[in-house]
Amino acid sequence: MTAPLHEPTAEAAPSAAEEAAVAAGDAKAVQGRSLGRIAWERLKRDKLALTGGIVVLLLVVVALLAPVITSLLGQDPNEYHENLIDPLFGTPTGSLGGLSGDHLLGVEPVNGRDIFARILYGARISLLVGFLSAVVAVILGTVLGILAGFFGGWIDSLISRVMDGLLAFPQLLFIIALVSVMPNEMLGLTGSSVRVFVMILVIGFFGWPYIGRVVRGQTLSLREREYVEAARSLGAGRVYILFKELLPNLVAPIVVYTTMMIPTNILTEAALSFLGVGVKPPTASWGQMLSSAIDYYESDPMYMVVPGVAIFITVLAFNLFGDGVRDALDPKASR
Amino acid sequence: MLAYLIRRLFAAAVMLVVIVMVVFSIFFLFPKWAGVDIALSFVGKQADPAAVEAVRQKLGLGDPIYAQVWEFFKGIFAGRTYSGGGDTIHCAAPCFGYSFRSEQAVWPVLTDRFPVTLSLALGAALLWLVFGVAAGVLSALKRGSLWDRGAMVVALAGVSLPIYFTGMLSLAIFAFGLHWIDAQYVPLEESFSGWFGAMILPWITLAFLYAAMYARITRATMLEILGEDYIRTARAKGLKETTVIGKHAMRSTMTPILTMLGMDLGALIGGAILTESTFNLPGLGRAVLDAIRNQDLPIIVGVTLITSLAVLVANLVVDILYAVIDPRVRLT
Repeated sequence: MTAPLHEPTAEAAPSAAEEAAVAAGDAKAVQGRSLGRIAWERLKRDKLALTGGIVVLLLVVVALLAPVITSLLGQDPNEYHENLIDPLFGTPTGSLGGLSGDHLLGVEPVNGRDIFARILYGARISLLVGFLSAVVAVILGTVLGILAGFFGGWIDSLISRVMDGLLAFPQLLFIIALVSVMPNEMLGLTGSSVRVFVMILVIGFFGWPYIGRVVRGQTLSLREREYVEAARSLGAGRVYILFKELLPNLVAPIVVYTTMMIPTNILTEAALSFLGVGVKPPTASWGQMLSSAIDYYESDPMYMVVPGVAIFITVLAFNLFGDGVRDALDPKASR
Repeated sequence: MLAYLIRRLFAAAVMLVVIVMVVFSIFFLFPKWAGVDIALSFVGKQADPAAVEAVRQKLGLGDPIYAQVWEFFKGIFAGRTYSGGGDTIHCAAPCFGYSFRSEQAVWPVLTDRFPVTLSLALGAALLWLVFGVAAGVLSALKRGSLWDRGAMVVALAGVSLPIYFTGMLSLAIFAFGLHWIDAQYVPLEESFSGWFGAMILPWITLAFLYAAMYARITRATMLEILGEDYIRTARAKGLKETTVIGKHAMRSTMTPILTMLGMDLGALIGGAILTESTFNLPGLGRAVLDAIRNQDLPIIVGVTLITSLAVLVANLVVDILYAVIDPRVRLT
């Protein structure tokens, strides 16, 4: 089936499926299903993607409830437990990085902060930056991609060149550069929240061409479709065609690219914090925990493994879920 | 071919100018707009106003913006002269200014560090292209086999692991656990085996991430191409399977791979920064990180420009390769 990616809307002429249903005299068997419905039914059969999705949901819940969970456990991410540290080596006493009933994942070397609590709080930063920077990228990418694809001409050339340029640039380097020249206080924000805000903007800004390219390509091919022509011949204006005819058909690819972008953004945030231009201590972040763990990978390997595995599980879950969503929304795949 | 080359070179030159403008804006206009004083970051927090003023004059920060842009350009292509505060320094082209901290010229720092990053990037690229593409092709040919599933699981893990974590793990296991290699960097001029030993883990670490991505893409592309009519035709006319795969299918598979390679070169620089910082290699990435810690703006500007230039040149090479591999790309 090569029809538009969604169930044809009412304006886009009666759907073939509906006609077939009437012809068959059995409305139930061949009823037109919405794209979301079809995708959800396929996704339900994809065990790996479902697992990924559940892990993502769990992570979101855990991140939201981080203060509740840690206080239930009687821990605080910034509380020092120096009594648990070997004064000679600076590493936690006991096996496996000071793992115990109180400290589920052990404690940090030197100051003895609870690693589990810091991981939970770190999840908040990772997910916040991952999601919101994707939102920034999607908004910019969709608007500029549609503009380029729909209007063509010099607008298209300009936007396309900018996208090519941004994609070819050493992005991480530019992100580092931009974050490092940002002031420490702006718009009434201070400390780590400035960094979080800046990271969201900058990562989102460098992410929009990925969405923009896809949206532009889709728009280019969609605007030549018969149903758009039909709408135009009925006297529909540009705005109507953009929002009522094109945008609904762009939802599927946008959703796919967004789910695939979130894990990349999470990795970028972790990388920035690892390099020391992300959130500022004492705010907990996985990348920053890994960067302090680099000095202890011989004496206290647990300290490095825990945040590393946290990043791995999160990104893997998003990737599995993203792959599943892509397969589920793929119009070429058999239904 | 010549006309194509000239056009591409011209486009690259325009891009270079744009990059210099963007970099200038990021580092000199943006801070001004955000209310950060560059002169202040040069002299340090407890500077007396006179010293700040001298620096401002020397760097021309008080001049109108068009004059600053011009001086910046001129410095890179023709050299510039800094004067003010009683002394005059001529900085020969290519002039990227002087480090705020060590007061050395930036250009020699860049040329010192560049080979390390280049050898890291080239070695890793070679590894990932060979292993990533091979793994992807094998997976596609033996679709659904144990090898295919195994390779794709490893590839999925590979794209989900941060470079610095795999780097730290490999250091902990191979350098400190098994003592197979010495992680201390040795320049190539001193000892080949020492250099090779120090670079092998960074190469593998950096290549692993990309090999995983390329294996996934290669597999998907190859599967799609194996379903094309011309492959069926090739088989129908009795060509050997090795010829069908090696000549007909591989050629089309390589085009999207090359496109990806061109786009990933920029990201590769980012990967190199992370790898250098994990393995403590004295490359450009390391230089940038130290510069950020010391607020040493000229070094950051220099590295940003030089890596953008490297990416630009590499993209040019990829474009030309593209035309060689895919005969449908017309060189007019």
